This record gives sequence, structure tokens and C-alpha cells, in this order.
Amino acid sequence: MKTFEPTLFEKSRPGRQGTMPPETDCPAVQPEELLPAGMLRKAPPALPELSELDVLRHFTRLSQLNFSVDTHFYPLGSCTMKYNPRVNEKAATLPGFAAIHPLQPESTVQGALALMSSLQDCLAEITGMDAITLQPSAGAHGEITALFMISRYFRDKGEKRTRVLVPDSSHGTNPASAALAGFEVVTIPSNAEGGVDLEALRANLDANVACLMLTNPSTLGLFETGIEEIASLVHEAGGLLYYDGANMNALMGLVRPGDMGFDLVHLNLHKTFSTPHGGGGPGSGPVGARGELVHYLPGPRVVQDGQTFRTEVPGHSIGRVRTFWGNFLVLVRAYAYIRTHGSQGLQDVSRAAVLAANYMRVRLQGHFDLPYQGTCMHEFVLSARNLKTARGVRATDVAKRLLDFGFHSPTIYFPLIVEEALMIEPTETESLETMDAFIEAMRTLAEEDPQTLHDAPQTRPVGRLDETQAARKPVLAWPE
Amino acid sequence: MSYLPHTQADREHMLEVVGVPSVEDLFASIPPALRLGRDLCLPEALTEHDLLEHLGQMASRNQEATRSSFLGAGAYQHFVPTLVETVTSRSEFLTAYTPYQAEASQGTLQAIFEFQTMICRLTGMDVANASVYDGGTAATDAVLMALAQTRRPKVLVSRGVHPHTRGILATYLAAGGGVVEEIPLRDGRTEIPQVGSDVAAVVIQVPNFLGQVEDGPALCQAARQAGALAIVAVNDPVSLAVLEAPGAYGADLVCGEAQPVGLPLSFGGPYVGFLAARKDLLRRMPGRLVGLTADGQGRRGFCLTLQAREQHIRREKASSNICSNQGLCALAVTVHLALLGPEGLRRAALGSMSSAAYAAGRLAQVPGFSLVFSGPGFHEFVLRCPVPPEQLLQGLAERGILGGYALGRDYPELADSLLVCCTELNRRQDVEGLALELEALVQASVEVTP
Repeated sequence: MKTFEPTLFEKSRPGRQGTMPPETDCPAVQPEELLPAGMLRKAPPALPELSELDVLRHFTRLSQLNFSVDTHFYPLGSCTMKYNPRVNEKAATLPGFAAIHPLQPESTVQGALALMSSLQDCLAEITGMDAITLQPSAGAHGEITALFMISRYFRDKGEKRTRVLVPDSSHGTNPASAALAGFEVVTIPSNAEGGVDLEALRANLDANVACLMLTNPSTLGLFETGIEEIASLVHEAGGLLYYDGANMNALMGLVRPGDMGFDLVHLNLHKTFSTPHGGGGPGSGPVGARGELVHYLPGPRVVQDGQTFRTEVPGHSIGRVRTFWGNFLVLVRAYAYIRTHGSQGLQDVSRAAVLAANYMRVRLQGHFDLPYQGTCMHEFVLSARNLKTARGVRATDVAKRLLDFGFHSPTIYFPLIVEEALMIEPTETESLETMDAFIEAMRTLAEEDPQTLHDAPQTRPVGRLDETQAARKPVLAWPE
Repeated sequence: MSYLPHTQADREHMLEVVGVPSVEDLFASIPPALRLGRDLCLPEALTEHDLLEHLGQMASRNQEATRSSFLGAGAYQHFVPTLVETVTSRSEFLTAYTPYQAEASQGTLQAIFEFQTMICRLTGMDVANASVYDGGTAATDAVLMALAQTRRPKVLVSRGVHPHTRGILATYLAAGGGVVEEIPLRDGRTEIPQVGSDVAAVVIQVPNFLGQVEDGPALCQAARQAGALAIVAVNDPVSLAVLEAPGAYGADLVCGEAQPVGLPLSFGGPYVGFLAARKDLLRRMPGRLVGLTADGQGRRGFCLTLQAREQHIRREKASSNICSNQGLCALAVTVHLALLGPEGLRRAALGSMSSAAYAAGRLAQVPGFSLVFSGPGFHEFVLRCPVPPEQLLQGLAERGILGGYALGRDYPELADSLLVCCTELNRRQDVEGLALELEALVQASVEVTP
């Protein structure tokens, strides 16, 4: 396999042509006739010039330089890299979904609105929320949406609440979203068991706190056993409880955020509901709300009126958070996933994900440090600190060496509270044989000489890249 | 139906290794009161066959946009080569994760680098990021950059900017981040504003929402003279084949929607926003950036760079909260633009302009209809109608025609007008069909309301 592929710009040759759009049969006009001189393009944009086969080979070769779920096991913690069913892809290419315009009369898109309405209902039931918006495009977009709602809600109540609490184990998006929404971020330490430190929480809860953002199971893969008390404490202080749904794959049909006392929820359809990650998107981050908060959801939302569906903006809506309705074709895939499983199927998914994670945890814990002992949920966090101390091998080295064994790395250096963290989430769709092979690779590399690990990867198109150089003198585009 | 690979024997083996009698024991740490203890109320599970039938039925209740669609308003139907989907449906792109492990992601990384390069070349800017959610959030990101860069509180936004974009901006700034003031339109184009010393940015869209080509140089100059940043939004990059690159007429930031170059209409998403800037604004850029570098042996490679701006490193001090963006959509755009090249993009642009110019002339001849604006346009125009536009659109839809966008909801002063769009896909006979149906619908409405 070729491991080097020139850029499109290097392969370009003047006058070479790929695919041409059709020509219209309307009388041709010239831009010079219609546009003012100051707005006429002087030189055409320097796009590459290639044949169709050039383009196809280029991208096919590039694709072969990638790992992907379809080719490799991705035990990435908190990313839920499960199998992406192909029937869902087929659904998303149906012309009745892919070729409809977002601003058509509602009477001409009743099927699309019905699908969205049904998906809203399914997600509300799965999370225990009263209503859902499908607008947010990703998890972090869902977070900021919910924080805008919280901000508006308290403003309408005449309460000036300026702080958002996040545990020190939280995803980086939580504090970043809170800051972007204008809140002051207060970090709450974890206790020895990896849960929220209740004393620290009490000490920080007052009339200034708007909400606590919590992931449950936490990013350590542990169920927050004190959640009922946490919910009471936050609510007694007049605050709200926000559920980061990144780890919902552990709990579908078994425990619902709403029943745990959460007021707002976001889900990641590209994690729990199997829509493909696409090398970094598109995702989808629906937000659910309970009680009065539903009136603050972004609009428009889909509502059912007897046999017909229409859209409406909730009474106290924060407004729009994106154009049109959301990442609709991602919603189609997630809907297909839910319809494939039903209640029993989703419960089976979560049970299998938790069993697989515990199996891997037990089989790896003698070979790596396991800072937080005991049963995990759908993921667990190892630490390479023993290897670091004994032999100078770090989590990065483990990650890179795994690539040579044909496995994507776990999530590394996260959560921040675990030194040399290796966060592992097998998901429910990996076979016992695949998990065993990964375990074997981890055990093997733990015994290898440190230099082999420092030099890894050796089998990839490139070795470790000079990231310092990339950041010091950034080259972000091919020079013209 | 399920995708679980574990056999009964596998499960028993795993339970034995873990040392618990049943899977239920793994959930023992959850307080019993919190357990759902019932089935979810969800529709029953479907087999693959039944699922496709069910979804096919739902899809068939939607009326596809065809050559008889004249609806644009921020989502445009242009030709997309077959190869785009061939590439984006490849497993290795479709099911890859964010390219944090560069050695296992060179394909995705190089494609993003090529996307960044193409956006720079289209817009005439120095740097572009790996994509943001859509054109609307891209404009909001640009404004947030300007507020942070200038430390000024106010943003002037043209009334010609897409109403959804203005809505998103209002949502984001309502939490106290800045104040939005609207720049009015005169004859469909943005008035040259008085820009005060408290203004962080002037935001325009080219062509604007009403299809008019703005005086980019004058508007950018007005911003920059006052020390504000000039932000230009582009909602159809096809226009950049014939319209000057915003970077060439003074834009500091260019944002926009790249759906029209490679993505289907998809009922509004997933689309892909782009954001490009002058070099000196680089460290304020949100989202992922891919840079060129080399490995220890001097082999060329690509990696995510300047990550110290990002949420997973900086948490509450990050330049933005964005994590997932629209990677696969950016890939589609890259493939599309590589296939069309400068000639193909120019043909799409000229075809769109020609169809729109013809349609504008033809529809203005239908009795009772007239063009509202006389300024330069690209592929959209505003048509004044003798009967309420919503009524016309409903009538046209019943005849299989998507006639355009009724402007009254967003522009009460244009409540009698339709925004009509043409691309290279609309033929003369489609325009003729629209003209005849409009005439018939007006005739019918006159007959029922004497």
C-alpha cells in the first residue's frame, strides 16, 4: 500500500477537468454585464484541476491511511465507537429525506416532520424529560443551548445566578460551554471514590449557583451513587441539574436522567445512537428539558396536531441555535437505530456494554494501575503511572504502540484527575475475540522494552509527528 | 434485532471472569429507587426489512425538490457529482473518529488540510478552520472572535444577513456577550453605516438574503476605517467563481455555508459552516485546525495543531466550546470542489446567473408580478406578487412546484413578495412552467374573489 499521497494541489495540471455541471438552456449572461466592476472576480479561485479518476484514487488512497470502526477496534472512552449500522446509512440516502428543502411548505414534508416528532418522543421517554429539541448539532452545541436556557430561565425569575459548577472529572466542553454562556465556572473536586465530593459541593452551593453539570456514569466510568443527595442539594439551593449524556450508553432503558433528578439533558446521537463519527462530525446533540424549562427550548420544534405535524416556537424560547431544523439526516439514522432496537433491544445494548467493560477491566487490572477499584459501568480508566515510574513509558507510548498491534488507542490523558490516564470503552458491539486480542496486546506491550514503545508506531504511514513545529510555524494551507 | 455479537457462552465466560452471577449484579451500585423497572414506551422493534419499508413510507410523504424547485433562501440545489457520495460513504472516512491519533488518521487530516486550503483560495483569506456546524454558527463564531479581538461591545449586522443567522447571533449574544444593532437596507442593499468607536464588527452577506450583491469594498472600508472588523458571510460558495474574493476587498473574517458545493438539501442538515480569517486572527479561531509537519524521519505528515486554543486543553479558558464539527461534510465539499475545479465551478455560477436572469425577466412579464429591486444580483431575486405569496406557494406545491420563499415572516415590508432562486439545474421549460402556473393561480384567485 502506498503510504504517501501528494496533495490535490501538487497533482493538479492546468486544463485538466473532472466532472462538469450541466449547462442551462437559458440565454447566457456574462458576469461583466450584471455585476459592478468592484465586485467582479479578477482571477478564478485556484482550485485544483484533476480528472475524475485522479480524484477517486486520491481519496481512496487517503482513506487507506485511516483507522476506522469498520477496519479497527476503537476502545475510546467516552466516545462510544460502536458499530454504525449500514441500514441507517441507506435510510439517510432515501431521496424523500435527502432531497427535500428545509423551507418547503409544511404540507409537503409531513414525513420528515413525523419522523422528527417521533424521535422527540422516543428521546423524551429514554431520558425521562418532558420535551426535546433536535436543533443542536453536537454535544457541545447541546450544552451551550441548555446553558442559554438556564440563563434565560433565571433572568425571567428575577434571580441573578452567575455560577456553574463542574466536577474536575468533567468533559472540557462543560466548562468551555459555561464560560461561553457568560457564567463563572467553579470546579468541584472528586472524592477518593471518584464521585462528587459532597462537602465541596455543599460549600459551593448558594444563591449564585445556576447549575451543576454532571456526567453519570462519570468519566471514570463510575455510577454517581450519591446522585439523589446531589440532586436534593442542588435543588434546595435553587439551582438546576444538567446531564451530560456522553455516557448514556450505560443506562438506556435501565435508569433515566429525569428519574435521577436532572432538569436538562443532552444526548450525543453520534455516540449512544450509533450515527457515524465521520472523522469528526457531523454529530447531533438533542437537548431535553423538564417542567417550566420546556418553554425555553430553542425553536422552532415539531409538534403534532391530530394527524398533521407543524412547527412552533416555544413561549419563552431562547430562539435559534442553528439554521433550519438540525442535522436531519443524522436524526434519520438515530431514529432508525431506535426503531431497530425497541425498549428491550436498548436495554440489551446497555447491559452488554457494561458487561464488556467489566470483563476488560478485570483482565487488565493486574497489568496496569486501576486507580478507582470496583465495578465499572460502560467504561473504566487505567493509569500508566506504574510503567512511567518503573520504565519511563507513558500513556502516549501505550497509545502509539497499540497502533502497531492494529488497535486504535484508548482515550488518553483524560479525565484530568487520573495521571497517565487510559480510558477504555469497548462498547457492546465488539466480540469476545476482539476484546481478548486487545487485552493480549496491552499485556504484551506492558512487558516490552521501553525503546520499542518510545519508537512506536513503526507500521503506520508516518511515525510520531513534530507537533511543536506544527504549532510554532503553522502551515495550515498549501501555498499558492 | 440487535448488533450484539456475544453468544450465551460468551456472556457466561465474561460473567465468570468478572466474578458475578448475573449482569444485573453489575448495576448493584445504582440505588434501586432510581431503576426504571419497566419497559420504555417505545414503538416495537423492527427487522431490517420492515424498517426500510417503514422509513420508505415516511420518505414518500415528502415531496422532493426537483428541477421545478425555485427555493433557495440559504439552502441551494446545485449539481453534485456521483463521486462525492462514493468517497464519503467509504468506511475509512465515514466511521473514523476525530483525528487525535495522527498516525492512524492521515487520510482524514490531509483531506481537512485540503479543505482548509480550498476555503482560503475561494475566500482570499490566509487561514481557515476544519469546519463549524453551519453557516449561521460560523457567522456567530466570527462575531465572537471580533468581540474578543477588539474588546468593543457592539456589532452592526446588516438586515440583508440571513434571518436564521441573525437569530442565532441574537441567541448567543443575549447572555451578555455583546449588543447587536441592525444596519437597514435601501433598495435591497445595505446602507453604508456610520461606524462608531464602540463597534467590534460590521457583518454583511454577499449576495445578501434578498439576492442582491452588496458593495463589499465600501462596506468593508467603513468598518476598517473605524477600527472594526469586516465580516463577510457567503451562503453560496458557487458565487465566488464570479464574485470577488472577500479577502481582496477588505474582509477580516469570511464565514459561510458550504452546503451548495457538495451536499444534498437534506431538509437543512447536516450542512457545513466554514470560517476563514486573516493571519493575525489565527489564535482566536474556534475549532480544529490541521497543520503540515514531519515525523522523526522527515516524512511529511499532518496533525491537529494549535490545540492550546481548544476546550479539551483549556477548559473554561478555551476560545470556543466546539468539539465535534462537520468533518464528513467538509470532506464532501473537498471532493466536490476537486471534481469541478475552477472551470466547473464557473459553469455552475454562470448557469445559475443565466437561469436567474432569464427567470426574473420572464416572471416579471406575468401580469401583476414585478421585480422589487433593480440592483446587481447573482441567482436570487425578489418578486412582488398580486396575491399573498403563501397562497401561491401552496397552490404551486400542489402542482409539484416549489415556487420560492415567502418573505413576510422575516421582512414584513416585503409581505407581498417571494424570494425566487435559480441554479444551473433549472431549465427554460421549468421557468416557463412556473410562469404559467403563477398566471393561472392569480387568475383563479381573481375569479373566486370578485
